[in-house]
Amino acid sequence: MAESTQDLLTKSILTRNPIALLVLGICSALAVTGQMATALVMAVCVTLVTAFSSLVISIVRFQIPSTVRIGIQIMVIATLVILVDQILKAFYFDLAKQLSIYVGLIITNCIVMGRAEGFAMSNPPVASFMDGIGNGLGYGFVLITVSFIRELFGSGSLFGVEILPLTSNGGWYLRNGLLVLPASAFFLIALLIWLLRTIDPNQQEKD
Amino acid sequence: MKKLSKLMEDLGRHFEKGARLERWYAVYEAIDSFLLGSNTRTTCAPHVRDGIDLKRIMSTVLIALLPCVIMALWNTGYQANSALVQLGLAAPEGWRGQIMLQVGCDPASSLSNLVHGALYFLPIYLVTMLVGSIWELIFNYLRGHEFSEAFLVTGLLFTLTLPPTIPLWQVVLGISFGVVFAKEVFGGVGRNFMNPALASRAFLYFAYPAQMTGDEVWTTVSGVSGATPLGILASAQPGQAMQSLDWSWTQAFLGTIPGSMGETSTLACLLGAVILLITRIASWRIMLAMLIGAMVCASLFWLTGDGSNPLQEVPPHWHLVLGGFAFGLVFMATDPVSAAQTATGQWLYGLLIGFLCILIRVANPAYPEGVMLAILLGNVFAPLFDFFVIEANIKRRKLRHG
Repeated sequence: MAESTQDLLTKSILTRNPIALLVLGICSALAVTGQMATALVMAVCVTLVTAFSSLVISIVRFQIPSTVRIGIQIMVIATLVILVDQILKAFYFDLAKQLSIYVGLIITNCIVMGRAEGFAMSNPPVASFMDGIGNGLGYGFVLITVSFIRELFGSGSLFGVEILPLTSNGGWYLRNGLLVLPASAFFLIALLIWLLRTIDPNQQEKD
Repeated sequence: MKKLSKLMEDLGRHFEKGARLERWYAVYEAIDSFLLGSNTRTTCAPHVRDGIDLKRIMSTVLIALLPCVIMALWNTGYQANSALVQLGLAAPEGWRGQIMLQVGCDPASSLSNLVHGALYFLPIYLVTMLVGSIWELIFNYLRGHEFSEAFLVTGLLFTLTLPPTIPLWQVVLGISFGVVFAKEVFGGVGRNFMNPALASRAFLYFAYPAQMTGDEVWTTVSGVSGATPLGILASAQPGQAMQSLDWSWTQAFLGTIPGSMGETSTLACLLGAVILLITRIASWRIMLAMLIGAMVCASLFWLTGDGSNPLQEVPPHWHLVLGGFAFGLVFMATDPVSAAQTATGQWLYGLLIGFLCILIRVANPAYPEGVMLAILLGNVFAPLFDFFVIEANIKRRKLRHG
């Protein structure tokens, strides 16, 4: 059942979000959502890597022997991740330092592998590319939502710009220390999943 | 009383199945069972001989908590009055000062202490109950559950574990987190694997450490710093830890030391323990095991102290009367829902909490108050203990009977 390009792009944001429905890519979602800037960069990186790895893998899908396909997929993904990492280091060194190992760890992000194995191996290149972009957008949607709440209420700022003046700087807002800790992302992602599954009961798991 | 009963019965007709206000049955039921007893009887055999139910369990816990509540009022007032006398002030600032001028601030007068403490305790308690009830109401309304008395206990426990100076908006956030995340998301009363009161406190502890720990929060008079004994010990000079305390063991046992409102008095907790043990509501295994675990761990640290960590110099019998150990042991670890259920599981669960509690206290100076984290960890492990105990039992019986 071939889906339209629009479906491939948008369905991954709410109806089958890689984090909220498939519960993939949680690790990086906890680690980089303390600030919106890092979350945004991470979302862009993952989107690019997923899209292009799906594209490349889909192009060569008939040449890949099925016994070594995981190794070949990893090779394609790793190449792209190193590319992204080097570009970040060359042009956005401060951000790259903040993201530290998490850009490198995109290789192990289950979303990238999941799309390569689950979609790109059995679909034409353009559809795979669109699917990669869509899943990246879904991942980015969760990251941006979580980091918005965490940075606004945990640090009183958005993209580093002070929105709620902190008491430590003479303002009125007492920052919530829990939201600065990565564990708080668990609660926020859980709330988001709860909300999505309440709105769309199709996503609820049957007992 | 008869009139009230008649009135509730008349009102009840509107909430029955198919009646106009059917959706609000949970609210009616809550008020009805809070005011009056139930007149439903068990009709078919076999009858359970013991009449104990959730309501009576929770009421007994509330009674067992009374000594702690009284001590919380008295000690909060006592600490505040003592600080005022030291500063030479007649009354604190603000609306509480207006009331206290009528009573007089005298640390030697129990009445003055009780009233002064109540002025801090009651606002926190009322806010906790109000906000917690609203969350309960929302979830019970949506799910068609009946109200449970369990929240009366959760709310009181939560209040007793807070410092008297906690801002009320933080109380609102804390209890909301505890009720929603520790209890309702798992399905409500009886399905929570963590103690909701402790989860609320842990939330505040990590979110707003400046209002939950430190030197300034334990005495209500502004500008007076009084660290808790554990705080003093953690920052004491190595080698002179016990000399740096201004209190004797008896004072710490009676509870005239700074600390969270309800946790200071080991004596009050012991009175509560007696009630809970006689009525067999709390498990003696958990209490004893936690005591043994803590004693073993504290003795190990005490005997192997090399003079670099001041907390290692605290003798084991002091650990029992400091911080929230006694309160956690009697009221928090024994929570029948989040504790282990099997007898062997309860021993392991208690030992683990007791051991962890002293370990966190001594080995990690950043958290001199280890009881809360130890019990939450114990809660997480409780189902695992039960699982292995039951598995082992099944295996043993299989071997015996083939």
